Amino acid sequence: MNAKKKRRLAFAAALVAVGAVLAVIVVYGLGQNTMYFRSPTDIAEHRIQPGVSIRLGGLVQQGSVAHGKGAEVRFAITDGKSTVPVNFSGVLPALFREGQGVVTTGALNETGTFVANEVLAKHDEKYMPPEVVDSLKRSGHWKEGGV
Amino acid sequence: MTGELGQIAVCFALALSLVMSGAGLWGARADQAASRSIANGAAMGMLVFTALAFGVLTYAFIVSDFSVALVSSHSHTTKPLIYKISGVWGNHEGSMLLWVLVLAIYAALVAALQRGGDRLTSAALGVQGLMAAAFFLFLLFTSNPFARLDPMPFEGNGLTPLLQDIGLALHPPMLYAGYVGLSASFSYAAAALMVGEEGWVRAARPFMLMAWIALTAGIALGSWWAYYELGWGGFWFWDPVENASLMPWLIATALLHSALATERSGAFRTWTLLLAIGGFSMSLIGTFLVRSGLTSSVHAFASDPTRGFFIMVLIALAIGGALALFAWRAPTLKGGAAFEPVSRETTLLLNNVFLIASCACVFVGTLYPLVLEAFNGTKISVGPPYYMLTFSPIFFALLLLVPLGPKLGWKRGDLKAAWRSLYPALGLAAVAAIAVLALITPRGLTAALAFAVAGWLIGASILDVRSRKGARASAFAAALAHAGLGVTLLGVTGATAWRSEALTVMAPGEIITVGPYRLRFDGVTEVKGPNYVADQARIALMDGDRVKTMLRPEQRFYTAEGQSVADTAIRTTGLRDLYLALGDNRGNGRYAIRVYVSPLAPLIWLGALVMALGGMLSLWGRVRVGARASASETVAAE
Repeated sequence: MNAKKKRRLAFAAALVAVGAVLAVIVVYGLGQNTMYFRSPTDIAEHRIQPGVSIRLGGLVQQGSVAHGKGAEVRFAITDGKSTVPVNFSGVLPALFREGQGVVTTGALNETGTFVANEVLAKHDEKYMPPEVVDSLKRSGHWKEGGV
Repeated sequence: MTGELGQIAVCFALALSLVMSGAGLWGARADQAASRSIANGAAMGMLVFTALAFGVLTYAFIVSDFSVALVSSHSHTTKPLIYKISGVWGNHEGSMLLWVLVLAIYAALVAALQRGGDRLTSAALGVQGLMAAAFFLFLLFTSNPFARLDPMPFEGNGLTPLLQDIGLALHPPMLYAGYVGLSASFSYAAAALMVGEEGWVRAARPFMLMAWIALTAGIALGSWWAYYELGWGGFWFWDPVENASLMPWLIATALLHSALATERSGAFRTWTLLLAIGGFSMSLIGTFLVRSGLTSSVHAFASDPTRGFFIMVLIALAIGGALALFAWRAPTLKGGAAFEPVSRETTLLLNNVFLIASCACVFVGTLYPLVLEAFNGTKISVGPPYYMLTFSPIFFALLLLVPLGPKLGWKRGDLKAAWRSLYPALGLAAVAAIAVLALITPRGLTAALAFAVAGWLIGASILDVRSRKGARASAFAAALAHAGLGVTLLGVTGATAWRSEALTVMAPGEIITVGPYRLRFDGVTEVKGPNYVADQARIALMDGDRVKTMLRPEQRFYTAEGQSVADTAIRTTGLRDLYLALGDNRGNGRYAIRVYVSPLAPLIWLGALVMALGGMLSLWGRVRVGARASASETVAAE
């Protein structure tokens, strides 16, 4: 084997090693840090482990918003078929309204209440998060041109 | 009438782009000088007509000509002038017109500068013409900005208020200058594969630099905007759209470094070609991600599936074509020059390995949710922790290596001597780490480590400048860019590790203390802006019992658009930001208020500015050297 071939072989081996390490890091990172999107019906129908981070999306149920002391807020997210109670402590986005589509991030607690650490509502009155549109369509409560 | 004029101009530009591609590619043959001049002329003509079309659309926005559908759906008579103008690219169709305008500007630059000889230039113009033609077709058939509306409405729908902001007025043109700037390197690389690769790197380098500078500035502007406009106090959210701009930047950075080695020592010849193709491919993929509506964000203007499909075909043709050309021609190219394991080339190789690896992490994190959803309908999101776990350590490792490169010689370096010359930088790193550990509670090891690396980068850059008195501009440029990285790192560390925040509901007269600041909430009043009404809070920054200054965060409601946006109040000392955002009304005059104190946050963008300045210095050095070289050529010819 001449020197040039040897160099090429070493280079190829190094490349494979780097690629393998990278693949391990990426796969591990994805395994640890992907969050599933769930609708209230998903939560009602499948057992979702308390404490596992998920994204929950739907409409803020009419008449459900209640402010607690300080920055605490309680409300319910519905897709028309099922409803999940949500606790949140923090500042709500400007366009958080009853009947609006929202996506929240957090986890269920032991009693089945969703403890959110983030609430996202888009800044546009006409905007509906696409995940929420899909879940409303699945639950049969989607009306074209808004809700 | 104006709309039709714009449409005709786009058609002429399309015709000229086809002429340019045909004449350019044919002119790559040695004996076709006439064809080459046609290509050059077509490049200039294409710029004129594209600029005319863009000017016509801008005029329609300025005078609020609502008979143009795009104007009526994205503008409003009450909008301030600057946002009427920025509204031109605040929508899908207009932003694609801006895209082709930038493409035409780069084509005209390639034609005007004639870098790398007339055959290489001609072939590059040919490739640039093919891409321009594809985008003009895209514009005309799926995204016509000049479509008419009949009957003409009396008033427009307005522009998303989030886009009515100076940061976002400037961010898209800057980012596009970067994205599309990479097309010039791409065209030169493809041209080099056609007519022989000698000299293409030197020819394309100013374009790589321009693209990199614009990308750096564009990303920084976008991040700055997200910081002050979104009201969350964050500066980077690992949003798919941000990632779409970060990936071309990572590849462009790798390209700059690989091209340096190719130019100076002849190493990585084929790799540099591949990177030039890869850089623009990332730009195209980024455009696809943003414009196809696959990701939901302020950037996703429209979710018209035909557009996504068209862009996908375009990407497949551009990337596939270039890679096929590469596979066909690369084996015929001269191999890269050899170098010792301890040399500048090795550090540049590692630089590329780390940059490509970090880009791969971002790529997978961005596209995995899309692929998974297409595959089995599962909706997932990949959050910031993923990037902290994958991207950050790889990029950190890259930063550790940065100071070593410039200290090692080409072909063969002296590691011991390089190491010794870096002792002062090492000292600065140690001082920075110890200072953080000693002075700041709670003690954070990560923060100390990050400060050490920043000290290491900045220290080494200072050493570089000191040791090369009278050296070429490029050495200073590199030192400046590397120091900029260190400055940004300081900012990122301060703003994440030492940020304090308070999320509270306050009644008028109430006082809270956040970090070193005492704040008194004085209530909310309604104020009127040019095209919005706002709830404006008055929050007094207290110094004892005295009011030092009044801060006024707002919640604006844009009447025309029916949308509501926060306007934050930020008071900066240059080294620390006090950041206030007004939240929702909780009744009885009580409001939710967000307060963030972000130490060193301004350094994030200052660092990016320093990096961009480094790029500009390098570009200026090129121009000067180029001018001198051509002057001496003229002298020699005489």
